[in-house]
Amino acid sequence: MTDVLSAPLVVEFPFTRSLGPVQSAFLTGLRERTVLGVRADDGTVLVPPVEYDPVTANELRELVEVATTGTVTTWAWNPFPRRDQPLGTPFAWVLVRLDGAATALLHALDAPGPDAVHTGMRVRIRWAATRTGAITDIACFEPYEGEAGPDEPTHHDGEFTDPVTGIVAPARLDYVHTAGRAQSAYLKALAGHRTVGERCPACRKVYVPPRGACPTCGIATAEQVEVGPRGTVTTFCIVNIKAKNLDIEVPYVYAHIALDGADLALHGRIAGIPYDQVRMGLRVEPVWAEGAAHPDHYRPTGEPDADYDTYKELV
Amino acid sequence: MPKEPVAVVGIGQTKHVAARHDVSIAGLVREAAVRALEDAGLTWSDIDAVVIGKAPDFFEGVMMPELYLADALGAVGKPMLRVHTAGSVGGSTALVAAGLVAARVHRTVLTLAFEKQSESNAMWGLSLPVPFQQPLLAGAGGFFAPHVRAYMRRTGAPDTVGSLVAYKDRRNALKNPYAHIHDADITLEKVQASPMLWDPIRYSETCPSSDGACAMILTDREGASRAPHPPAWVHGGAMRSEPTLFAGKDFVSPQAGKDCAADVYRQARITDPRREIDAVEMYVPFSWYEPMWLENLGFAGEGEGWKLTEAGVTELDGDLPVNPSGGVLSTNPIGASGMIRFAEAALQVRGRAGEHQIDGATRAVGHAYGGGAQFFAMWLVGSQPPPG
Repeated sequence: MTDVLSAPLVVEFPFTRSLGPVQSAFLTGLRERTVLGVRADDGTVLVPPVEYDPVTANELRELVEVATTGTVTTWAWNPFPRRDQPLGTPFAWVLVRLDGAATALLHALDAPGPDAVHTGMRVRIRWAATRTGAITDIACFEPYEGEAGPDEPTHHDGEFTDPVTGIVAPARLDYVHTAGRAQSAYLKALAGHRTVGERCPACRKVYVPPRGACPTCGIATAEQVEVGPRGTVTTFCIVNIKAKNLDIEVPYVYAHIALDGADLALHGRIAGIPYDQVRMGLRVEPVWAEGAAHPDHYRPTGEPDADYDTYKELV
Repeated sequence: MPKEPVAVVGIGQTKHVAARHDVSIAGLVREAAVRALEDAGLTWSDIDAVVIGKAPDFFEGVMMPELYLADALGAVGKPMLRVHTAGSVGGSTALVAAGLVAARVHRTVLTLAFEKQSESNAMWGLSLPVPFQQPLLAGAGGFFAPHVRAYMRRTGAPDTVGSLVAYKDRRNALKNPYAHIHDADITLEKVQASPMLWDPIRYSETCPSSDGACAMILTDREGASRAPHPPAWVHGGAMRSEPTLFAGKDFVSPQAGKDCAADVYRQARITDPRREIDAVEMYVPFSWYEPMWLENLGFAGEGEGWKLTEAGVTELDGDLPVNPSGGVLSTNPIGASGMIRFAEAALQVRGRAGEHQIDGATRAVGHAYGGGAQFFAMWLVGSQPPPG
């Protein structure tokens, strides 16, 4: 399978989140070096707080302030920190039950090595120098041998000036995308300005681009069939608004094009003709740009339009 | 053993808007669920299982949000499952929930679907820059606009039909307090003066982007007998799928959509949908899909759908009202949009649709589709229990 192409695929986007009343108070509290929990129906204090009782499903709104010191309830050593993790040096992921809370909070513990971490160890919050109302306002936890905080949390109305009501949560996913045998062969042929599809051995339909299998018959395709280069516009639309990440002047025509010999249409842009003169049945051919993997656009061949009956099954 | 009849006894939705900055996703779904429970006269402890649906995780970037929503939906200690069929998901979710009651796996099920589009990036979620693939050159409407042109060519429909649908749906939305778009000054001229985004689709003929949730409580005969308000009874429900692209695919009238409708009519013993069905909530994200689906779902012969629209048959006071709620054209929290169609059909036969109530509606259809017109879900509900 040496001819199979693969390439990195990185998807990255900063998502926004509305916090709602409870998370808003919690994160604004962190900005003010105050850790808030919520009292559940059974009286226990949940940190981080939740909006709804995990047992009764009732709405929870009674906020309390807990200590900034606590106890590690379990941990895992992270020898190889990755980008955007709380610490750049090896650290422990810890669950910390803050004094006064019944549940534990997930965060990082700054420790010299795994031998320095144990369940039951006492820790305290190390606050970030710059705080914005985010979980990262806690820079991390650090070992702490001083006095414990009060067992009984104190009431807090959750009111702060200039509360944080939303956060931005960046997401990033790193993949390696593999094109597969059929698409790799298709791309290789395209590099030579040839369009090669594959024919299904059962229904005889020619797939362009090929996927290596016929989606109707569910069996592998292998027989290569060169199609085009000319084709017929089966249908189209005129795009009047600029799409993000597309550097094409509007208006332009986005069309479905059935290449001669193909049994389904592919898509492309039509140029070399005023946009308002493009029509169903227009005969077109690809125009290649230097170094591009796909045709830049299709232009009229000057042939008479195809009769509707010759392509209506492909619309 | 015959199936257990399934009743819709509770319906709740949020007021759909462009952005609900005041609530988390949990707060949003909770609002719809609480309203459904109130409508059903039930509490969290009466619910045996929760079935939830939404669009792909990438939309809001919360991976498997159903896990985080268990507390908000009272699902701790109960079965909770997620359904995933792109834009049709709200419909499919309701059908999976109905199946659990029909099969007597659970007696009373909360089903819910949502989207918080203001915190989502649908284009990013749907159009990953996959290496080696030619990028789609057109955006969301550009995917569907060529199919609309194909419909116009195939049927000879005049190009004004799309604007009639938009004008009707946006007026219907004015009667629905939950609808997102309330444009009190709407006129047909305004719709027709709106710019062509993806010619032949105008801006005024496209759906909005909404934040919203919709919930229903489904239960068995015994549950229905205790309901404080009249239930809607499920007379038929089906889902069908087909590939996004295949040789011979009919984008104008996909086979999977026809098969889905035929299965529902067979279950509900409907032989003449146009005469026997009183109201239809179908998934029309772009106005032209009304005439297209009228044909696909068997309400009109091939090439005849636009004539019903043009003749006013699908108006609120027509003899086959379509999208009395205002439809997807007026409200589109993507993951919830299918369930809103199903719920509106149920509201109609319960007589609880308020100002957009169709007088005497006894049988109504809810319909959803999604992906590249590849997933279809539909149900038919009635004011009376199914026979037998």
